[in-house]
Amino acid sequence: MSVPAELRYTQEHEWVAIEGDTATIGITDYATQQLGDVVYVSLPEVGAAVTAGEPCGEVESTKSVSELYAPVDGEVVEVNEELDDDPGLINAEPYGLGWMFRVRVPDGHSTGLVLLSPTEYDTLTKSAG
Amino acid sequence: MTSTVRDTPLLNVHERLGATMTEFAGWRMPLRYGSETAEHNAVRTGAALFDLSHMGEIAVTGPGAGDALDYAVCGWPSKLAVGRARYTMICAPDGGILDDLIIYRQAPERFLVVANAANAAVVLGELRSRCSGGALVTDESAVTGLISIQGPNGLGFLARVTDIALAPMAYYAGAYGRVAGREAWIARTGYTGEDGFEIFCAPGDCEPVWDALAGSAAGGVPAAGLAARDTLRLEAGMPLYGNELGPDVTPYEAGLGRVVRLDKPGDFVGREALAARAAQGPRRTLIGLLGLSRRVPRHGYAVLSDAGERVGVVTSGAPSPTLGRPIAMAYVAGPANGPFGIDVRGKTEPAEVTGLPFYDRRK
Repeated sequence: MSVPAELRYTQEHEWVAIEGDTATIGITDYATQQLGDVVYVSLPEVGAAVTAGEPCGEVESTKSVSELYAPVDGEVVEVNEELDDDPGLINAEPYGLGWMFRVRVPDGHSTGLVLLSPTEYDTLTKSAG
Repeated sequence: MTSTVRDTPLLNVHERLGATMTEFAGWRMPLRYGSETAEHNAVRTGAALFDLSHMGEIAVTGPGAGDALDYAVCGWPSKLAVGRARYTMICAPDGGILDDLIIYRQAPERFLVVANAANAAVVLGELRSRCSGGALVTDESAVTGLISIQGPNGLGFLARVTDIALAPMAYYAGAYGRVAGREAWIARTGYTGEDGFEIFCAPGDCEPVWDALAGSAAGGVPAAGLAARDTLRLEAGMPLYGNELGPDVTPYEAGLGRVVRLDKPGDFVGREALAARAAQGPRRTLIGLLGLSRRVPRHGYAVLSDAGERVGVVTSGAPSPTLGRPIAMAYVAGPANGPFGIDVRGKTEPAEVTGLPFYDRRK
């Protein structure tokens, strides 16, 4: 299971990459393995304000549906429209082509949740079995 | 009560294949090996292997076995020819379904009853108390493994590793034979909506039988887990105990009144209640729904009338890999032609009524 060192994580299994004033968000490899094949993802709209720790979308897989939580506060500036036609990208490349949405974070500092380091996230998933 | 989780004789195989395991009905079972959608599609277009060793196997033997089963279940097992199988149900005195079963007549005085894992203990207890007069009920679950090969290519692959002729075997028939040199009961049954075979063998023979089947095709025959099994049976419109079937449901409501043989002689458990129910007509109807949005109806979601009133409940729902859209089965009271909506977490999604099954291989 892959936990890239350059990313930050949430307890709800989202990953966050902050570059400049933009946070890119997706779900982790661990999450996709728990969910199985993703068949549909509902994302927040561009321009919407999201609040860290609050649901902002949903991820449907064969067996279940899960809420997608915003890991940071901010305004949605882009969503991955490729996922509409090909939600399987989330399983195939959770940290790459399977990214979900981007949020503007003022001054490059995320506010809201304390994000987990890769080591902390790895520990979390291992303790979950 | 203990909470011991049991492992199937194929645990080593599942670990070797890197399966994601899940607890199901007291068993540690493979949920999927890789992509469950790929496993589903393999069964529809080729073949795949399932470990079904969690299923309960109960033998009813002796000169009175047929008559005893005629009293114990809704069907008419004593009429089965040797080598044939029938889908049936075991009901409570009030007509509620305790389990759905497949009964094989393996010999004139030997019937094999296959029960769902979650109900195996209940079925065993009921058969023991209901069967008397020259019938012996034996729990064979612990000494029986079950491997299934399902899909249009299954016959050709199994034929390479068995010594019995498969093509002449009818659907819902079975015979003793050998697979990979091991003794087995080989039956043309399944739970996927495809042609396929189920192979009952000793637990110690499961691994060599599995390996022989897996190696019977160039490139190998893939394994499929419980996730694919569920979407396959749902597409095929087959009910699942705990979803469509349960103690508060009679066979008539499930659209399976044909399994109740009120025409058989003698009494059977549930006859009076089921006869009354047959005369009344069902209180609710099991329907198929096609989702018109991409949000998937799930077990327990409310079915709404055009006016927004709650008229039923979804019993099973999933994104259908074959149809490429959500499908669901649901019980509705009153008119069953719709239009209906489904309350998907607070938002009503439109759905259209469709005949069951959703997928028919003969069409």
